[in-house]
Amino acid sequence: MKFTISWLKEHLDTDASVAEITDALTRVGLEVEAIEDRAAALSAFTIAYVIEAKQHPNADRLRVCTVDTGAGEPVQVVCGAPNARTGMKGVFSPPGSYIPGKKITLGKGVIRGIESNGMLVSEAELELSEDHDGIIELPADAPVGQPYATYAGLDDAVIEIAVTPNRADALGVAGIARDLAAAGLGKLKSAPIQPVPGRFPSPVKVTLDFVEEGRKLCPAFALRLVRGVKNGPSPDWLQARLRAVGLRPINALVDITNFMTLDRNRPLHVFDAAKVKGDLTVRRARAGETILALDGKTYTLTDEQVVISDAHNVESLAGIMGGEASGCDDNTTDVLIESALWDPLNIARTGRSLGINSDARYRFERGVDPEFTQAGLELATTLVLELCGGEASEIAFAGELPESPAAIDFPWSEVKRLTGLELPQPEMKLALTALGFHVSGTGERVKVAPPSWRGDVGGKADLVEEIVRIAGLDRVVSTPLPRIKDEVVKPVLTVLQKRTRIAKRTLAARGLVEAVTWSFISHDQAKLFGGGSPKLALANPIAADLSDMRPSLLPGLIRSAQMNADRGFPDVALFEVGQVFKSDEPEGQLIAATGLRRGTARLDGTGRHWDGGGKAVDVFDAKADALALLAGLGVPTGGLQISAGGPAWAHPGRSATLQFGPKGVIGAFGEVHPKILKALDVKGPLVAFEIHIDTLPLPKSKPTKVKPKLVLSDFQPLTRDFAFIVDKAVAAGDMAKTAQGADRALIANVGVFDLYEGAGVEAGKKSVALAVTLQPTEKTLTEAEIEAVGAKIVAEMGKRYGAALRG
Amino acid sequence: MTDIATLERDVLAALDAAADEAAVEDLRIAALGKSGSISGLLKTLGAMTPDERKEKGPLINGLRDRVQGAIAARKEALGEAALEARLSSERVDISLPVQDGPESRGRIHPISQVIDEITAIFGDMGFAIAEGPDVETDDLNFTKLNFPVGHPAREMHDTFFFAPDDNGERKLLRTHTSPVQVRTMLAQEPPVRVICPGRTYRNDSDQTHTPMFHQVEGLVIDKGAHLGHLKWILEEFCKSFFEIDDVKMRFRPSFFPFTEPSMEVDIQCSRKGGEIRFGEGDDWLEILGCGMVHPNVLRNCGVDPEIYQGFAWGMGIDRIAMLKYGMPDLRPFFEADVRWLSHYGFRPLDLPTLTGGLST
Repeated sequence: MKFTISWLKEHLDTDASVAEITDALTRVGLEVEAIEDRAAALSAFTIAYVIEAKQHPNADRLRVCTVDTGAGEPVQVVCGAPNARTGMKGVFSPPGSYIPGKKITLGKGVIRGIESNGMLVSEAELELSEDHDGIIELPADAPVGQPYATYAGLDDAVIEIAVTPNRADALGVAGIARDLAAAGLGKLKSAPIQPVPGRFPSPVKVTLDFVEEGRKLCPAFALRLVRGVKNGPSPDWLQARLRAVGLRPINALVDITNFMTLDRNRPLHVFDAAKVKGDLTVRRARAGETILALDGKTYTLTDEQVVISDAHNVESLAGIMGGEASGCDDNTTDVLIESALWDPLNIARTGRSLGINSDARYRFERGVDPEFTQAGLELATTLVLELCGGEASEIAFAGELPESPAAIDFPWSEVKRLTGLELPQPEMKLALTALGFHVSGTGERVKVAPPSWRGDVGGKADLVEEIVRIAGLDRVVSTPLPRIKDEVVKPVLTVLQKRTRIAKRTLAARGLVEAVTWSFISHDQAKLFGGGSPKLALANPIAADLSDMRPSLLPGLIRSAQMNADRGFPDVALFEVGQVFKSDEPEGQLIAATGLRRGTARLDGTGRHWDGGGKAVDVFDAKADALALLAGLGVPTGGLQISAGGPAWAHPGRSATLQFGPKGVIGAFGEVHPKILKALDVKGPLVAFEIHIDTLPLPKSKPTKVKPKLVLSDFQPLTRDFAFIVDKAVAAGDMAKTAQGADRALIANVGVFDLYEGAGVEAGKKSVALAVTLQPTEKTLTEAEIEAVGAKIVAEMGKRYGAALRG
Repeated sequence: MTDIATLERDVLAALDAAADEAAVEDLRIAALGKSGSISGLLKTLGAMTPDERKEKGPLINGLRDRVQGAIAARKEALGEAALEARLSSERVDISLPVQDGPESRGRIHPISQVIDEITAIFGDMGFAIAEGPDVETDDLNFTKLNFPVGHPAREMHDTFFFAPDDNGERKLLRTHTSPVQVRTMLAQEPPVRVICPGRTYRNDSDQTHTPMFHQVEGLVIDKGAHLGHLKWILEEFCKSFFEIDDVKMRFRPSFFPFTEPSMEVDIQCSRKGGEIRFGEGDDWLEILGCGMVHPNVLRNCGVDPEIYQGFAWGMGIDRIAMLKYGMPDLRPFFEADVRWLSHYGFRPLDLPTLTGGLST
């Protein structure tokens, strides 16, 4: 909403400066977004008198002027304008001033050998118009030495405020003035509105053609004819006002409606009566009906939309925009003025579906003052008679005005209860009254009736807001919020929250970089990773490739890895810990911790290196990440099964599923399947893991924080190595587990320290070398006892895997 | 006697000439071994008369001690020289670069870091962290929060919707984390103190908006929680979060459907050379919206507004991250460009705490 200071002062008697006014506006909730102060930009330019202008001795087109600037001795100025002459008054620009139209700062100069101390300027040089044919000429009575901007009425700052949707009343200058008056900036002085007596009955009647609940679409409609008007350009003051706020003057009748919209938040419509056939009917549009609107566009309507039609055609889109056919122009002699009430919801919907953003729609969808329907028409009539002459009919009125909202039962103490601010009752009452509220009763509880223009106020809290915004929110005193209990704060994070945090730090500590990728991915990608259900597809995605809620973090990360590779960073390790969606229910949203490594981005280093390195990532890098994550989260992995073969995204021979028991799948790791790489248009090598943090077993709650007792053996551990020849298909991990099981009391650890296939080992077989650590607890083992354990291991290996000791 | 002196001179000379420890050992055996020259002399003592032994004993023993000492000294000198020679042959090119370790390559995303910072501050003030689903119902995202029917936010051009179900109900992607406040109030008796960080979505994309972003909201419901407390919390939060001693804030009346009175909050700052600094200057920067929870919202959530009252606020996590750490643009937050992540991200062990400081 834009307005000028002088316009504001039509409604507000105030001595406040622009700064005081703008501060107050923001303070009461009408946030100032811009102040355009042309006077400030032009403050250096003053009115001057040309004492003498004579021919420049060295240039035909230049004149040497002696100029009285009103400040001390006359100055000498060289001027090239054809109209510079002795005895004229113009606008002087001293050295050092900035010329906006030329984007230069003026200096003293010597022009063709003659000194020039300033300049006489044109309108173009001040960016006031395109006129650069000559310097500005002012009337003889223009006061020399005065700032030109003040003289020309340019010192009228244009203020732009942001109006929140609840404050429809501030979409008129009069309403803004009311807030400022309440805030102590001056006295409200909007001109009283005199009814204009009708000289004859309105020849055009209005019918509201709605059934039942449709009546709320147009609760009231007032109309009157003014005949014998003379339309044409509106007077300068009106044109200047509209121009200042960015509107183009059209003709007096149209300008009056625009003025009423901005001045009083009362949009009106004017029809050229000669172009209206018969009476007017307000009704729902018929589906498919069209109207050529004043913006020059043709709109096709539906029966959800409301129109005003005459006997033949739709003449106006109710409350939004008039029709071209019945618009007023310079030939208009009889004008129908409409002032109506419309259903805000329907206006909003219609405007949105037709894509029309008019000043009328903007106001009607926020709600205008119902009780100003007729007053607005009277004021508009007065203006029409004043500017265009003519004779007004009586008002034709249809429908009825809605009842005023009920008074609110209001204890003054509510202000302190909600804000902590203690204000004297008279001050609170004054604030409400100044805003147009009617306060009745005395004592601690009163009845407060909101004014008709404040449809947004419905309860006690609204009244508290009105009082504190006028009193000033800066008076609310910052008050420490007491703790609920006077004690050291208890931990607040849930297990899942803690695990999410630790997961991120653990993965980052392994050299992975945390990414945050979109929650939505393309439908095809979602399907590839087990998603793509219609319930998780957006009806209105912002882009075709951001349409489905992600079932996994992998597609986003895989695409990101490729994007980095395309930028010249092929060796990346990324992770994300975030939500994935299995259904549209809250339980269907899980937290996944997912990471990938591409190229040579391994734990111990990235890229080629003199000390080795440069090795491509493989599935064991992903396995190590997954297990490190579980370790970092403190998940006991005793019962963890690592079953060969993973989900569909993984290479079947180079992946595994992580699970606790047959149903307790917690995640997977593996090399990314070549088909997935192809489908996502990315290149490997690419390995990844995925752990669903919600599915991890919860830590057991223990009565104390005491750790289990540490038992240390007095005897040294010893290690024995075994190399077995087994079929290639036998899993070394299983062999290690079996070996460990051979004597649970003695065997502390089994490691796989060598794998070999090739010369010396039969085809289809491999050699697996195990290092078995024995930890005696009671005595030093004898050689015979050690041999016995070894024999047990060898026997088990033979039985389970057909393994033979390597010869 | 001269033969003892001659022997000593010969042995010591030979020791001096010995080139390595092996040569010294050979000399030791030749002099002091079983059949060594000095051992031979020592053996002659047994056959001597007491007088002779008295005279020759000290001479021969003295010779043995001196030769033994000389051998030990020579051995040590040669050992030193040998070690010196080995060490000088074992020199490496210490300038060779080592690999960057994982802890220097890994990064935490600024959003995670800032959520941890926010958690540290509000955790200290006794706030719990509440979370909720991104896929929400219209009821929890709008209706319970007092959004009127027909509010523009409920339209497709502002909010992401899913297809309607059999009952015509359509779920949506939450446009704010306020539904988590609703869920909290529905589930918990007052007093309530929670913050609700999380992902939020709006159908918006330009220089300063992304269709997905992060918000943190706060909620306090109690019997006496008023605007003054809200002011204090926000001031303390800003001081703590931006790590400055003083902050000047401006509360402006504003409007949100779910609060009454509603306010927007600006923070005083200076803008110098593209850098924003708080606690100085005379510019204002809007950072959050807040207000007293609307009585309708309290009622919708089963809280009696005549007994309980409270306040709520909300701000953009991405936005305050940008303000604090100076990222000029929002979009790269979600582009997973390792150059950006490595530059603006945080080291794995940069753990924000109030005791150690939020940032290092």
